[in-house]
Amino acid sequence: MRNLFAFLAGGLFGAGLLVAGMVDTTKVQGWLDVFGNWDPTLAFVMGGAVLPMVFVWRIAARRERSLLDLPMPQDLPKLVDRNLVLGSLMFGAGWGLVGLCPGPAIGALGFGGWQVALFVLAMCAGMAVAPLARRGLDQLDTENDV
Amino acid sequence: MHQDWIWGAVGGLMIGAAAALYLLANGRVLGASGILGGLIDRSGRNSTAERLSFLAGLIAIPPLLVPLYAVVDTHVTSNPVLLIVAGLLVGIGTRLANGCTSGHGVCGMSRFSLRGFVATVFYLLGGGLMLVLARHVLEVI
Repeated sequence: MRNLFAFLAGGLFGAGLLVAGMVDTTKVQGWLDVFGNWDPTLAFVMGGAVLPMVFVWRIAARRERSLLDLPMPQDLPKLVDRNLVLGSLMFGAGWGLVGLCPGPAIGALGFGGWQVALFVLAMCAGMAVAPLARRGLDQLDTENDV
Repeated sequence: MHQDWIWGAVGGLMIGAAAALYLLANGRVLGASGILGGLIDRSGRNSTAERLSFLAGLIAIPPLLVPLYAVVDTHVTSNPVLLIVAGLLVGIGTRLANGCTSGHGVCGMSRFSLRGFVATVFYLLGGGLMLVLARHVLEVI
């Protein structure tokens, strides 16, 4: 059941990304291009997704276990640290450069040709080396502390 | 143009519904980079099947809907250097930050998570700066 619902959530997520036009890199780059022909579509997508989720989080907060009797997410650390800021800047830079973020890139694998496949491959390689980058950054911190 | 906004909002609602389903049924935060990244660095080895099922749905379902459209064009660049550089940046960046547009953006901000808002500010900033630099200054895209 757990895997079936994960499949359904993934499928609905992908369908939403396609319907919203988020697999079209010109829409994403059009949103980021404030000095060009600005495209506000992304704000409608984000708003459409965030608003219902505000209420869903309230329902979720009242539950001890999920509908499939699985644990609900833990409260998150509130820490804003260097990795969050630096990582988000790096992610944004890559996103702006070609107009793909992880969800739409994976969702477009089936029809996006070799270009999307190459991007996803490079993204997976980046994810594989990220723990090393994290350790390297932490090491810099301890050296600077001395 | 107006139609784009409407379809954007409809698609956004579907994305929100997917996040709601994953949260309420599976007790999970829907974040594309975390679901994939946890498989790659093995940090999510306790939920491998769930992650693979999510990715299978995400990969398999959109192509089934593509025939409903006259054209679905990603308009993605064919420059392999740009694709590789951008992919590496997105891969490392989302794992350092622990989230992307879905995890920090959709699920984090709707939860009023400070980290979600901060991440969203900085990935929008990074994206805007890179786009202006690459398109209007260096003119490589």
